[in-house]
Amino acid sequence: MKYLIALLVMGLLTNNFVLSKFYGICPFLGVSKKLNTAVGMSAAVIAVMLLATAATYPINKLLISRNLEYLQTVVFILVIAALVQMVEIILKKFMKPLYNALGIYLPLITTNCAVLGVVLLNVEEEYTFIQAMVNSLGAGLGFMLAMVLFAGVRKKMESCDIPEFLKGLPITLIAASLVSLSFLGFSGIIEGMGLI
Amino acid sequence: MADAKKRSLGKEFTKGLVKENPVLRLVLGTCPTLAVTTSVTNAIGMGIAATIVLVCSNIVISALRKLIPDKVRIPAYIVIIASFVTIVQMLVKAFVPALNTALGAFLPLIVVNCIILGRAEAFASKNTVLYSAVDGLGMGVGFTAALCLMGTIREVLGAGTFLNGIQDLLILFGDNVLNGWNGFDLNSGLEAAGLQPITLFILPAGGFFVFGILIALANKIAEGSGKPKAQLNGCEHCPMAGSCTKLAQENKSKEAEA
Repeated sequence: MKYLIALLVMGLLTNNFVLSKFYGICPFLGVSKKLNTAVGMSAAVIAVMLLATAATYPINKLLISRNLEYLQTVVFILVIAALVQMVEIILKKFMKPLYNALGIYLPLITTNCAVLGVVLLNVEEEYTFIQAMVNSLGAGLGFMLAMVLFAGVRKKMESCDIPEFLKGLPITLIAASLVSLSFLGFSGIIEGMGLI
Repeated sequence: MADAKKRSLGKEFTKGLVKENPVLRLVLGTCPTLAVTTSVTNAIGMGIAATIVLVCSNIVISALRKLIPDKVRIPAYIVIIASFVTIVQMLVKAFVPALNTALGAFLPLIVVNCIILGRAEAFASKNTVLYSAVDGLGMGVGFTAALCLMGTIREVLGAGTFLNGIQDLLILFGDNVLNGWNGFDLNSGLEAAGLQPITLFILPAGGFFVFGILIALANKIAEGSGKPKAQLNGCEHCPMAGSCTKLAQENKSKEAEA
């Protein structure tokens, strides 16, 4: 149990998926302009991450039992792509309001390295099913936290007087650097809480 | 005729280096750019791996461009790219194991690198095999060059070394190449001058910072020759963008109705 909490805290704070492991930088920079889109995108990412982890876990067991580990990358990306399509179709048919809120972010997620990244990490670390699910949840929540925080920072930045040559992308990256720096402050929190 | 063809081939190659540099001008493949540039060795390794995948997948996709139905082209491209990534991954594991450990999950993640899918969609699906190969090579070399530039800045400032651990890559050519030379170490010189490397630069925060400054410089240079600034295009260059923007517009109009 302690280990599961540690995994969650790691994904969320000390090893934040976006700010210290650099997964999913494209949506982090591209979709964080407004708070509501940031929340929508991250909710979709969390859902797909959990689904992808649940779906790839038995498939990976099957691959290992047949000595086909080398097919992992190919199979996982296809499973994720199919899963995203399926979620989109199901949402469109049965949960129209949710589809309207999250639907536009779903096609983007297939090529989001955060989802494939977390699946590959779970395999690499040889987590059990529960551990893998918790790790994915932590990673997804970490993604959400970074997106929401950064959306706030960018909103503040809009009213700032920024030097001409830094306007646009450069100042966004430098702001991301400062947000990432603030997350360094969490290092050691797991040892401090006595989780490991 | 032959002359004209040669010249434009050269153009296809050089555009990836400077004018359309995938990292600094098109802002693609940001995740590996930020993650692996803590040392120049990793940057070179990542650059070469991505270039091989890029050239091979460009060649195959271009050769099959008339056979792949338009509707399933993205899944088809992903399968082709994933196969080459798997091949490269196995080669790296076998011949340069240290690089495999250093790059971690970012080696298989070349699959979702937007540069590769982007070039497949924007170039290889419309051009002949030779041109696609040259385009892939140019983009790959441009990617590697940008990674090396960032890696140099971060490694020298952050760790006080340059090309540290290069033997991990040189092992490809046998043991003890260049008499076991393993990169420059500037730390002793720095210490003598009472200085220390700025560790911040090899931390994640330093990655964002250096990338931001490099984009600003690239913008400044491009502005001088009348080119537009690099834009935040998390989506526009993504091959999914077409369906995405359409969906977004539909959503907006629905919202307006409600």
